[in-house]
Amino acid sequence: MSRSDVILWVIVPYATLAVFVVGHVWRWRTDQFGWTTRSTQLLESRWLTIGSNLFHVGALLAIVGHIVGMIFPESLTERFGMSEHMYHVQAVGVGSFAGFLCIAGLVILVVRRLSVPRVAATTSTADLVMYAVITVAIVTGQIATAGYQVLTDGYNYRETIAPYMRGLMVFDPRPSHISGAPVLYQVHVLSTFALYALWPFTRLVHVWSVPWRYLIRRPQVVRARRGTVRDGARSR
Amino acid sequence: MRIRAQFGMVMNLDKCIGCHTCSVTCKTVWTNRAGAEYMWFNDVETKPGGGYPKRWEDQERWNGGWELDKRGRLRLKAGGKLRKITRIFANPDLPKLDDYYEPWTYDYETLTRAGDSKHQPVARPESQITGRPLALEWGPNWEDDLAGGPDAARRDPNLRGIEEQVTLDYEQAFMMYLPRLCEHCMNPSCVASCPSGAMYKREEDGIVLVDQDKCRGWRMCVSGCPYKKVYFNWRTGKAEKCTMCYPRMEAGMPTICSETCVGKIRYIGIVLYDADRIEEAASVPDPKDLYESQLGLFLDPNDPEVAAQALADGVPQDWIDAARRSPVYELAVRHRVALPLHPEYRTLPMVWYVPPLSPVMGVIEGRGAEADPDDVFHLIDEMRIPIAYLAEMLSAGDPEPVRRVLTTLAAMRRHMRRKNLGQEDEASDPEATRTLEALFRLLALARYDERFVIPKGHVEEAASVLSLQGSCGLDSAGGPGPCMPQTPVAPEMYDPPRRLLQIQRKDTP
Repeated sequence: MSRSDVILWVIVPYATLAVFVVGHVWRWRTDQFGWTTRSTQLLESRWLTIGSNLFHVGALLAIVGHIVGMIFPESLTERFGMSEHMYHVQAVGVGSFAGFLCIAGLVILVVRRLSVPRVAATTSTADLVMYAVITVAIVTGQIATAGYQVLTDGYNYRETIAPYMRGLMVFDPRPSHISGAPVLYQVHVLSTFALYALWPFTRLVHVWSVPWRYLIRRPQVVRARRGTVRDGARSR
Repeated sequence: MRIRAQFGMVMNLDKCIGCHTCSVTCKTVWTNRAGAEYMWFNDVETKPGGGYPKRWEDQERWNGGWELDKRGRLRLKAGGKLRKITRIFANPDLPKLDDYYEPWTYDYETLTRAGDSKHQPVARPESQITGRPLALEWGPNWEDDLAGGPDAARRDPNLRGIEEQVTLDYEQAFMMYLPRLCEHCMNPSCVASCPSGAMYKREEDGIVLVDQDKCRGWRMCVSGCPYKKVYFNWRTGKAEKCTMCYPRMEAGMPTICSETCVGKIRYIGIVLYDADRIEEAASVPDPKDLYESQLGLFLDPNDPEVAAQALADGVPQDWIDAARRSPVYELAVRHRVALPLHPEYRTLPMVWYVPPLSPVMGVIEGRGAEADPDDVFHLIDEMRIPIAYLAEMLSAGDPEPVRRVLTTLAAMRRHMRRKNLGQEDEASDPEATRTLEALFRLLALARYDERFVIPKGHVEEAASVLSLQGSCGLDSAGGPGPCMPQTPVAPEMYDPPRRLLQIQRKDTP
């Protein structure tokens, strides 16, 4: 295990995760006012409607797929009677579909952001950096899924990358698992680490504000000036 | 029964001259900053006309407000909660900036820099968003005073269904002004639309606000408000709306739009109402009954039982006293001459309007009619602003409430006119005379402290305002982002020492 392996696959991941955690705490405590989607739908709606829906649905599918793929080890899916081949067929199928939605949405959103003057005027440097990193992550992911797995013999990341990620999560890093993986996969993984580090400093924080409580709260919100927030208080 | 107090406003459209002073002072105070240039918390629309944003009253397009579902239950017109969540990536009901207008400034530097030249230098308009030159095709009050003619006026959704009754030929054209601000509804659909729970109604005074720290920019409030009085700040990515000038109101001062109204058309006061019956009142099957059902919520502050219950429910005594002197209660509830704007949206709005009468008097006086109320009644149907049109705006299409108000106003004018001319008002009983003269006093003579009966906010009950010190204003220069110096947060900001609270109490009269 070389020094560069340790840096790339142990130090960088934990450093970015530390930035991710500390950054979020800092942002949450100091910048509630800036914590928003920063939507530009007011400025341009038609392309956003197409691009945003494609991108978000694709991204959510991809995220669910990654979580399933990383958390459930091969032994588990095999116990449920799903062979390695079957798993990959569905992973490639669902993954490619999600990736396609994501990329189509991303292309529309990026082109829109750069070419619609009103939207471009509201774009920050953080937005641009984030877009670049997200593009790398999604494109490498899609090539790995749709291209690599289909056109070549394929690469069983579930025996290398997935255990490596699980190791990271339980603070038992095993860089050797991933140091031998194809470069494409390595770039994919590293770009997502970069994304984690950027996350708290960009509009991506809106992800954590998914308004699930809306589904269970009462329609009206009434607050007493005494300072207590009575979310969903009896108001009617 | 659970009694709450709520600020309301009445505007006497009879006296509105469309000068836009309210809009301008409001803008100068609240929305004169980047990201908010296109917002008018208060605007004055010429009716008939499309309004701001364009055709805001067309709820088939914008899906604002409430409706009844098949089982007669109240629900947001834009759909249920699950449906809303699925539209969160792109809100199909959101107005575009062009439905308001793209804000612009002028390239004034050209003027100051211009050297000697044969031609006058020209300052060109440029967008305040992109900085690029802008071809002006639409702007605030583009249709002011029927500019744009009949074609523009026909964009008014209130004319739907009554086209044949309304002619917009030049000789017979009519117009009126409609000043609009947030209605601070009793059943606000913007609040119910907000996925983040950032919008709220204040329990003490009914003012509806957006918590800038909790807003996450989901935009559902903008489309959910049928009056289109919640706006999206393109720079901060947060929703903003009319605040009813709460910092002024808490200090006992009227909103800036009311304070500066040249025609003195605005009245502010509080009403007491039964908060337990809001849903019931907003759910009556026939939209035409909504006016009466909303009136039914208001309680008589002079009733000792109501006062006792209000006190028990936490309404301060000075607020109950203020409710007894409330011009809003007088005009809207006692005299019933003010009507809610578009009650059919089922939000139970709290800015009420006295419909304009002037053209009617032209008809009456021109014919020298004997203005016994029955005569007035017939003439009122011939007036220039058709009752059907006013009814579309103020009573869900039911002409009766509008006709009754106009009859009352005409009777009042006639009585005062005869009184001034020294003519005996035959067949008038003293009770009716007293009522008409009280109404006249309120509508024509009322002084500042009669038009604005605003009890001060009870600051001693508020959570420490110190906790807000150093927090972001709406207009941080760099747009959204941490705008306060990153100093450690002192614990006393959240949990102020008793000493600080004592000082605050001392400062409160």
